[in-house]
Amino acid sequence: MEKIFKLDEEDEYYVPFSRLAENLDLRNLIEKLTVNLLRLAVTELPADVKKALKDAYRKERNPIGKIQLKAILENIQLAEEERIPICQDTGLISFYVKVGSEFRGLSKIEEALIEGVKRATVEIPLRPNAVNPFTQRNTDNNTGRHVPCIHWSIIDGNYLEITAFPKGGGSENMCALRILKPAEGLSGLKRFIIESVVNAGGMPCPPTIIGVGVGGTSDMAMNLAKKALLRPINKSHSDPFIAELERDLLRAVNSTGVGPMGLGGDSTALALKIEYAHRHPASYPVAIAFQCWAARRATARVYSDGRVECLSHKDRNLV
Amino acid sequence: MKKIELHTPISEKNIRKLNVGDRVFLSGTIITARDSAHRRMMKYIAEKRSIPFPLEGMALYHCGPLVKAHGDEWLVLAAGPTTSMRMEPFEAEIIENLGVRLIIGKGGMGGKTREAMKRYGAAYAAFTGGAAVLAAKRIKRVIDVKWLDLGLPEAVWIFEADRFGPLIIGIDSYGRSLYEEVRAKTLRRLNRIVEDRDL
Repeated sequence: MEKIFKLDEEDEYYVPFSRLAENLDLRNLIEKLTVNLLRLAVTELPADVKKALKDAYRKERNPIGKIQLKAILENIQLAEEERIPICQDTGLISFYVKVGSEFRGLSKIEEALIEGVKRATVEIPLRPNAVNPFTQRNTDNNTGRHVPCIHWSIIDGNYLEITAFPKGGGSENMCALRILKPAEGLSGLKRFIIESVVNAGGMPCPPTIIGVGVGGTSDMAMNLAKKALLRPINKSHSDPFIAELERDLLRAVNSTGVGPMGLGGDSTALALKIEYAHRHPASYPVAIAFQCWAARRATARVYSDGRVECLSHKDRNLV
Repeated sequence: MKKIELHTPISEKNIRKLNVGDRVFLSGTIITARDSAHRRMMKYIAEKRSIPFPLEGMALYHCGPLVKAHGDEWLVLAAGPTTSMRMEPFEAEIIENLGVRLIIGKGGMGGKTREAMKRYGAAYAAFTGGAAVLAAKRIKRVIDVKWLDLGLPEAVWIFEADRFGPLIIGIDSYGRSLYEEVRAKTLRRLNRIVEDRDL
């Protein structure tokens, strides 16, 4: 016996009756998915990042920079073949979760994500990276107060979308926020971005992806800068003015000569992405978020009936 | 760009042969230390206690590896470098008191370490940040681990390495720093960008 679900205009699909939500152990499904998403994220870069790194290697003219990019490409291949984390710093774990308003099982998601992180720490393994800032104790399982960091958003639809975003400490340490004077405006913004890249030098493991958040409140600016890092490399901002600003700033940043690992060269950033919000008349917040070349992310969509689809990597079975 | 094979223990003479930009492959003993291990070494130096691992002529690696227990042994899965600048407050004294010859890390170090390297005969070698599986492949075994109470990443791991690299000499024993040279150049370019665009 089969039942038809209608997802959107084009996508009609069939689900056997036995797999319907009543019988589904959504809690376990999401926990298992969390482990597998983290495994995929830390061992295999998305295709857009791999392509950008290969292009950077081809174009790099500085011999030391070229050695760095070659080591990076070899490392990516080894990690992928042997299913070992690309970098020993498997990051402080963040999740970006979009929940469809019609998705059933909302109450189970957070618990499943946290348990999934604990399991992933042992099973993959991940380096234990959650430390109490006052006692300096490591929890040894990558969870703790407000960790993993879970960013929720509510969307239309009957599905759940989880992005696992393990981000290393080296690039995170270079993130910066400045509240510009509104009079400084666009040129102040450009100057702040280029200065930040030069000041960061090799610390965030260039070639980086640079996320820029403009406007809103101070916390929103940084949040937008981080969200900009989630956008695929080949995707420009939908607003042509912002898209041109992204291209222009990327060219400027790559003309600084910081180069791979800050040892000099042409490839300082693989991409630069901007997101913005409207601002207060008195404030012009600009946030810059650096992502190291090991720009790890993996995204999956879960439907209420338990069907799982991998969005970040092609043809992956995640549960 | 010269290509050089180094073995531990490294003599001062061999360190003095290295110049900024040289490509090095290192074999022998590599000892990891991050922030907490550095702080503890400093405490031991202050209290004149002997440190439970040999550093004379050795390579100190800024690294918190990803390891896995396998029976009685440890397997090193991923072992790329961490940001060396965090160790800047300690490294000059470590070089002076413990006779370390080679510091391996990423991102470079500051003036205090550069001066200690010049004075006592040591160098800084960069390993590609994030290339952690490549690094682990060159680590043949874990000889020992000390100070495990600091936690897995912060513990001191003593590795046997075979042709660990490619390493790029970022600071040599003559006071030259590739990082400072690149930085000076990038600052000049920054000024030009700001002028050209009237920012």
